[in-house]
This record gives sequence, C-alpha cells and structure tokens, in this order.
Amino acid sequence: MAYSEKAKGYFSTELEGIKEAGTFKEERSIESPQAANIKVEFPTGSPPKEVLNFCANNYLGLSSHPEVVAAAHEGLNERGYGMSSVRFICGTQDIHKDLETKLTEFLGTEDTILFPSCMDANAGVFDVVLDKEDAMIADRLVHASIVDGMRLCKAQLYNYKHSNMEHLEEKLKETQDCRFRMVITDGVFSMDGDIAKLDEICNLADKYDAMVLVDDSHATGFMGKTGRGTHEHCGVLGRIDIITSTLGKALGGASGGCVSGRKEIVELCRQRARPYLFSNTVPPVIVAAASKVLDIISKTTDRRDKLEEHTKYFRAKMTEAGFDIKEGIHPIVPIMLYNAKLAQDMARDLYGEGIYVIGFSFPVVPKGQARIRVQISAGHGREHIDRAIAAFTKIGEKYKILGKQKNEIIEMYGL
Amino acid sequence: MTEDLKKAIIDYVKKEYLEEDTQDDINESTPLISSGIVDSFSMVSLKTFLEKKFNIKIPDDKATPEAFDTVNNIINLLKEFKVV
Repeated sequence: MAYSEKAKGYFSTELEGIKEAGTFKEERSIESPQAANIKVEFPTGSPPKEVLNFCANNYLGLSSHPEVVAAAHEGLNERGYGMSSVRFICGTQDIHKDLETKLTEFLGTEDTILFPSCMDANAGVFDVVLDKEDAMIADRLVHASIVDGMRLCKAQLYNYKHSNMEHLEEKLKETQDCRFRMVITDGVFSMDGDIAKLDEICNLADKYDAMVLVDDSHATGFMGKTGRGTHEHCGVLGRIDIITSTLGKALGGASGGCVSGRKEIVELCRQRARPYLFSNTVPPVIVAAASKVLDIISKTTDRRDKLEEHTKYFRAKMTEAGFDIKEGIHPIVPIMLYNAKLAQDMARDLYGEGIYVIGFSFPVVPKGQARIRVQISAGHGREHIDRAIAAFTKIGEKYKILGKQKNEIIEMYGL
Repeated sequence: MTEDLKKAIIDYVKKEYLEEDTQDDINESTPLISSGIVDSFSMVSLKTFLEKKFNIKIPDDKATPEAFDTVNNIINLLKEFKVV
C-alpha cells in the first residue's frame, strides 16, 4: 500500500491545524428541500430542527418552486438523466441551445456558452482570451474562482484597491504597453453585498481601451429594474464585454454557469476553454428547469420586486434595532460584529432561536471584520423577516451590542 | 542604501495597500501577509514592483508569503539577488 504512515500523519496534522485555526468547516445536513423553512440536523446525530434559512443564495425563492420542479421532471422525462458526453461529441441537445439563447436575450449580450459551473467559467475564460503580452487588472476582492482562473492564465496580473477608481486608473496607465487589457470585477461582492461601480469602470475601460469582465453571480436575475444584473442596475447594458454568471443562485440554484458576451469570445470558449471541453454537458434536468426560471422572471418582475421590498424592510428595521450593518441595497446584509468569537456565538444563539445564519471571520473576510451575513430571499414571507429581526434583537440585547458603534463593540469584545 | 530601500518599500506598501482613512502604520518588522494587510492575491503587485525596480525575476518558489511577510524579510530576499 502506497498510502504510507508518513503521508497519513502529514494529512492528519494538516487537518488538526485547520481545527486549531478555527477554520474547520462542518457541514450541516438538511432534511428538506431548499426553502425559507428547512429541517436541519445539527450537530450531527441530533433530531432535525425546523429553522428559517437566512444563508442561502436562493434570492428569488425559485430553488424548490413548483413550476421549476415540474419543468425539471419534464426535462428528465423528455430528454433523460445524463448525456454521457462533453458538449462537442454528443452532449448538445436542443434545450442546451435554447437555454443559451434565452440567457443571451436576458443578459442583453451577443452570445452565451454554458459551463458546468461559474467556477468552471471563471477557470476557463481568462486563458482563452488573454496571453502573456496582455494584462488582467482585477479588483482585490474578486471571487476565489476568478483568482484561480487568472492563475491559470499567462497574462500579467495587476490588482487595484477594492472599488477604488483612482487606483484602477493608475493600473490602466501602468499597463498601456500591453496588447490587451481586461478590467475584472464581481458585479456584487459576496461578503459585503456592495456593488461594483460599473459605470465608472466602463468609462475608464473606454478611455484606456480595455475590455471589461464582470462576474455577476450574486446579481443575475434580480439586480436592475428587470433583474438583468449589475450592468442593468448601473446603466451599462451592452457595454460589458464578458459576463460570467451562475445558475446556482437566483436562477433555480441547482448548478451550472455561463460565459456571456462578445460572440467571438464565446465561440473561442467553445473551441478552447478547458473546463468546457473536458467536462460533461450540463444535465438536461437542470437545463430544462433553468429555462423555466428564465421564462418566469422574463414574464414578471414580481419576485425581484418582492426581494427588493424585503431587503429594504430588513435593512431599515435592523438599523432601527441598533445593529451596525454595512449600508447598501443588496439582499446580502452584513451584520458587523468585528470579533470572530462574537460572530460565531451569536450565530449559534440565533440557530437556537430558529434562525439559520452563518458567522464569517478571517480569512474569509479581512481581519477584524467578522460579521454575520444575512441573505434575504423572495421566498421569505414578511412574517419570516419579522421573526429574524425579533431573534436578532433578542440576541443582540443578550450581547449588549444594540446601538453600539464599531469602536464600542471592539472595546467590549476585542478584535 | 538599505535604509533608503526599506523606506521605498514601506512607502509603496502604504500607497498600494493601505486605505486612505486607515490608522494602521507599518515599519520594517510589521507582518504584512500574516496580518492580512496584504493578502496572497494582492502580493503580486509587490512582487511586480520589486521586479521592475531591480530588473530581476523572482521565481514562484522564492515568492512565498513568508519571504514577503515583512519588509525585513523582503530585504533578505533581495540580498539573494545581490541587488542590496
């Protein structure tokens, strides 16, 4: 056996190190469909507990919507379970092409290619588009999948301070000798829920002749008046060269992602993107359901409007209750606690109150920026939001942090 | 020479990584990477800055978070390239 004691010991020590650092992730088993109300077994072995879910990316509440589930059944019946192939051999069905067309229309781009996930889209796209004589200029807080994708690409890597347009401009000036430049950002940043300044980014990109790539995973389906995404919200429809996004959040939440944008770039991805070429096609059942999701949200903005209303209400009431929350308009609402243990303790107590939220601390967020991240969904009812506010208020009182400013919380609990 | 160089690197780190409203200050022994001032992704700017300034190429196996963790460590790294 080649799995030696030395190797086993090394891996065990690594795992112990993760536990000691307090970053060991324990998975909680959910014994119900994804929804506002879920049954959770936690800790492992304990009886399932009914809780309200405030930590899913189920922004539009479509993950278990009856019409979406019915469409998935129909897809399964009509087009089968698996394709046993990559796209270019015998893995492309009519419904894959239809979904790509629908995404193109929805996002207002020229063409779209499906990937097994947005992680794969981001892992593949940079290496296809850029080479060593080019430059990638990324916001410092872009998603880990973009960081990995850029590492797989030979182009020179630059980054700018988060959402700092002066710093971005400096980097654009610094890279003027490169053949092509690409400005790279998330549309919405997943830890703070803040929105990229896409209008200013597009203006700078025009001025310095650079392309723009936006990962809009936390926006597609609900940001902007008709839910097209951050580009609609910022008034730059048609000006983003590449949008990468996911079917795994607002658009039904199963899996799958895409690269959508300039048609030549999309076609080059079909020819050369390695995660696309060497992964199985997205299964028909997911394609059929995602297609239904696009039909639903193209017909009416009811769900994104409800989400917007819930978000405004929750943010206003939590501020009124005395919590320190990061300002914004996105359904990601960071409740700032600064101290990692305080964030973990409060999340645990909230779970005890039937509210499922997660505390985040370093290295997921910068040191001294620990918080509980709440995610609002159109699948919540107003009564769910009210229950969450009441539970937060009760637990906030217990820890005496209501009405306290950042420095006061740090004084009480440390960093 | 070394003092000038330390100052140049500290000035660069402040300009490149610290927000304008920050109260943090750094000196030659302030941990940069392990403290979270510079994350491993952002470290690339610092590497590019040093490579351009000294016209050197720092190989990936030398550009470790430990080697970049303090200005003193960076100076030690640069000594290997005989530019300090």
